[in-house]
Amino acid sequence: MKTTEMKTWQCVVCGFIYDETKGLPEEGIKAGTRWEDVPADWACPDCGVAKADFEMVEVAAA
Amino acid sequence: MAPIVIIGSGLAGYTLARELRKFDREMPLAVVTADDGSFYSKPMLSNALASGKGARDLALKPAAAMAAELNAAVHAAIGVQAIDLARRRLRTAAGEIAWSKLALATGADPIRLPLAGEGAAAVLSVNDLRDYARFRTAIEGSKRVAILGAGLIGCEFANDLALGGHSVDIADIAPQALGRLLPEQAATGLRDALAALGVRWHLGKKAVAVHRAGDALQLAFEDGSAIETDVVLSAVGLAPRTALARSAGLTVARGIAVDRYLRSSHPDVYALGDCAEVEGQVLPFVMPIMHAARALASTLSGSEKAVVYPPMPVVVKTPALPTVVCPPAPGAAGAWQIESEAGGTLARYVDADGRLVGYALTGAAAAHKNRLLKEMQTA
Repeated sequence: MKTTEMKTWQCVVCGFIYDETKGLPEEGIKAGTRWEDVPADWACPDCGVAKADFEMVEVAAA
Repeated sequence: MAPIVIIGSGLAGYTLARELRKFDREMPLAVVTADDGSFYSKPMLSNALASGKGARDLALKPAAAMAAELNAAVHAAIGVQAIDLARRRLRTAAGEIAWSKLALATGADPIRLPLAGEGAAAVLSVNDLRDYARFRTAIEGSKRVAILGAGLIGCEFANDLALGGHSVDIADIAPQALGRLLPEQAATGLRDALAALGVRWHLGKKAVAVHRAGDALQLAFEDGSAIETDVVLSAVGLAPRTALARSAGLTVARGIAVDRYLRSSHPDVYALGDCAEVEGQVLPFVMPIMHAARALASTLSGSEKAVVYPPMPVVVKTPALPTVVCPPAPGAAGAWQIESEAGGTLARYVDADGRLVGYALTGAAAAHKNRLLKEMQTA
């Protein structure tokens, strides 16, 4: 099983893309942060959906 | 006890239900909806084509799955005919539904321009999943599409359709794209970026008629010019759905009038989302819905909470030129200060004291979104 592969996720509500390789440095989420390691109180920067409700879908392996 | 009843299964209705369940798993809860009750994301309707998503892909969960997840009754495909405030009942074609508290999340109707001509009835709008399915069928076979309205939805559709291989015309009576959101210079950049994808612009032109021309349609403008197309898509704006509230005797302005607690003129009737006018503001975007749903869920669970909006940037999903706008509050005094960057524009809306109270970013400048947001929050 590959565990090192970085993934890209999409917010199902607004289409926002979270790319694990890039992270969101301006929000304090370092490049390379896995989706599961993004803090639980984080919300989608584009639509405000909370992480717990996010239902991010995997777009493609980066 | 009669349940809390939510009318509407769009983002506002279902988000409220989900937020309510975070406070209380057991309180009786029902959602009544004229739609089929499946959960989908409305913002995706205007950018699903190029990514190959059809209406079925966008319907994320059917009504039964939502009912199970929310521990709620979901009455799908049931139009509410009237709200009886005195007896706390809804009248529907399927009988009466009792409520203890009522939340209106009825959304908005697309505004339709008065158009003459025998083709006017063929003009489509995309306001829900059903409309979207109809639209996708209409444009099958790389049909030409003319879009009425160069606002947020019109521009998103133009970009998506052009990427999807369609020949696209877009028309607006305003002289620029995103007239209510963008300063002129940024709008020009967006116009040029979409034109580079092949989108043809008809700005400052008033559409007056749609005629039939064989199998095609002809969109006619007031100045006598006309364009030929296969499908006309209207995206000229939204009008809050208020008829139900109005006929029940609730106070209605542009939207259903509610206070900061989302409370209407009746103490146990609330409204949120595109149908609501919160202290004079109608904000038909996702982020205000999320804030309103969280506040209202708290209030309905017994802990009164006013909705407070932080600065809320609106992302315009036009990959040809990524655009983010944080509109200044209505009536905010100030002026745009515009810096052009390579391939984009950074426009700050600054008040008399030099404070940042809004912004518009296009292209590479869109990357500064969060930095400017922080600056606004600390200003």
